[in-house]
Amino acid sequence: MPANRFNGFTDYGIGIGLRIPHYRHILERKPVVDWFEIISENYMVDGGKPLKVLDRILEQYRVVQHGVSMYFGSAEPLNPEHLKRLKNLVRRTRTPWLSDHLCWGSVDGTYTHDLLPMPYTFEAARITAQKIRQVQDTVEVPVVVENVSSYAEYHVSEMTEWEFLNEVVERADCGILLDVNNIYVSSRNHDFDPFTYVNSVPAHRVAQIHIAGHSKFEKYILDTHDHPVIDPVWALYARAIERCGPTATLLEWDDKIPSFEEVHAEALKANRFFQKQAPFVPAVEAPGARALVLP
Amino acid sequence: MSELLNLQRRVAAVILQPLTSAETMRRSAKAEADALIKPNKVLSSFERLEIYNQQYWFRVLSCFAEDFPGLRAIVGVRTFEKLMRAYLTDCPSRSFTLRNLGSRLEEWLSTNPKWIGSNPRLVLDMVRLEWAHIEAFDGGFEPVLTPAEIEAAGLDLRISLQPYVRLLELAYPVDDLLIEVHDYEGEGNVSSNAARQSRLRTRVRHYAKPEPEPVYLAVHRADDSVYYKRLQLESYRMLKALSQQAPLGNAIERAFEGSSMPEEERIPALQEWFANWAQLGWFSRAPVA
Ligand SMILES: [Fe+2]
Repeated sequence: MPANRFNGFTDYGIGIGLRIPHYRHILERKPVVDWFEIISENYMVDGGKPLKVLDRILEQYRVVQHGVSMYFGSAEPLNPEHLKRLKNLVRRTRTPWLSDHLCWGSVDGTYTHDLLPMPYTFEAARITAQKIRQVQDTVEVPVVVENVSSYAEYHVSEMTEWEFLNEVVERADCGILLDVNNIYVSSRNHDFDPFTYVNSVPAHRVAQIHIAGHSKFEKYILDTHDHPVIDPVWALYARAIERCGPTATLLEWDDKIPSFEEVHAEALKANRFFQKQAPFVPAVEAPGARALVLP
Repeated sequence: MSELLNLQRRVAAVILQPLTSAETMRRSAKAEADALIKPNKVLSSFERLEIYNQQYWFRVLSCFAEDFPGLRAIVGVRTFEKLMRAYLTDCPSRSFTLRNLGSRLEEWLSTNPKWIGSNPRLVLDMVRLEWAHIEAFDGGFEPVLTPAEIEAAGLDLRISLQPYVRLLELAYPVDDLLIEVHDYEGEGNVSSNAARQSRLRTRVRHYAKPEPEPVYLAVHRADDSVYYKRLQLESYRMLKALSQQAPLGNAIERAFEGSSMPEEERIPALQEWFANWAQLGWFSRAPVA
């Protein structure tokens, strides 16, 4: 570990999300970054600046695709236009794996553009797993699913969230993008022990980990990705690394985005957990890519 | 029908329901919230579902507002707020990307004239320009046809324009107004899928309404930025004819139909336009459909 069939047997280290406010800094200064995560939908367009910037990034960096609207858990069939565009982008980026969320967000062709929580039922697990397999067959790279944060639970649920995650990934035979911040947020909103969740995840399926900051409201915690990572989330991360080995990790910072250096420095804090676990071998260099340099 | 589909239809129906004027979930959703959602120690079923109802509206409203600042400048902030809610209630997103949120706005406004007030043409012109801007920003790019290839092919040639070139015939100089709005507000990213919690930008400024003036415009892209290029009537007609796949000879005829341009100026004008458009890379090698 962490190289496994769910992350295309790669050995990626710490990456950061490619965000528009950082474009110029990255293209001009060419900072050393192990890999960038991109939001697929932002580049599933016909032309123009998004694709031009992406191509320049691809000349120098390794990129992993992360989607926000495949909605594996929506009961309706997959959108063929979406799949076609996604497949074209996968060819362009040569992403070693592809992630999207274990959630739903559309019904009868209408999109909420939100990551809505699943009812944790066996029927939902079966439908979701089938759709994950379909996507995997189409894009021909490993598909990994990310646990979302949630603020509501359904009466009809038949199991816990982590049991549902296990049920889905076993049925789909896919990987997991473990978001430890989302686990923390949900544990606070639904009153469970986040370590129980982390301990229940099939470690051999974890292809990637997300860490992030969030906003705390009076009665609930919202996953806003606009703060540094808090200590309880680092603690969960440490446990996840203990169980999974040093795994490709990405810091999400989507709102009130600070300077590139600040985001990168926050992400690199994950290094300390890597080192505790095992001496980290710098990633295999893709042509033109920059390997992570450890202090 | 699967249980899952049934549940998702019910949840979506509540989430997509407009918020009250206080931006809370409508009381009428209480029974459905109780039936679907578990309460916890601090939040009722209603309050938990309300988080999603609010997130949905905050997200689509802020995205829409980012895409149509020019429309807001014309109709005013208060009307704009109501208009957005009415449009998004009637036309929720049918696309996996928020980029397409405003794709049905022009059509919707044409059939819902109460939102466009006393000056429908001005409002519709602005909406068409703002939508063209979005399309020009990330429209496709095809290999370019060179002037030599055009010359060699002769008058029967049918030329495709680049997909990112949009032609507009406007009754108002909304291009000037939109540039002013963008300059003042700072042009946002055209689309983003990142969840946003912040409420709409409240920075407001009064813009003078433009006087009517016919404008022929090409909305296009150069060096990744969107530009508005004003055209002479004849050159607009020429491009329009080409975009409708008229053969070159026929497009030239249509360009000068009823034109007051003296005969001797026409050929030099044509040469100048073509040189300019070719330099901009507007002619594509894509086969005409
Ligand atoms: Fe995440």
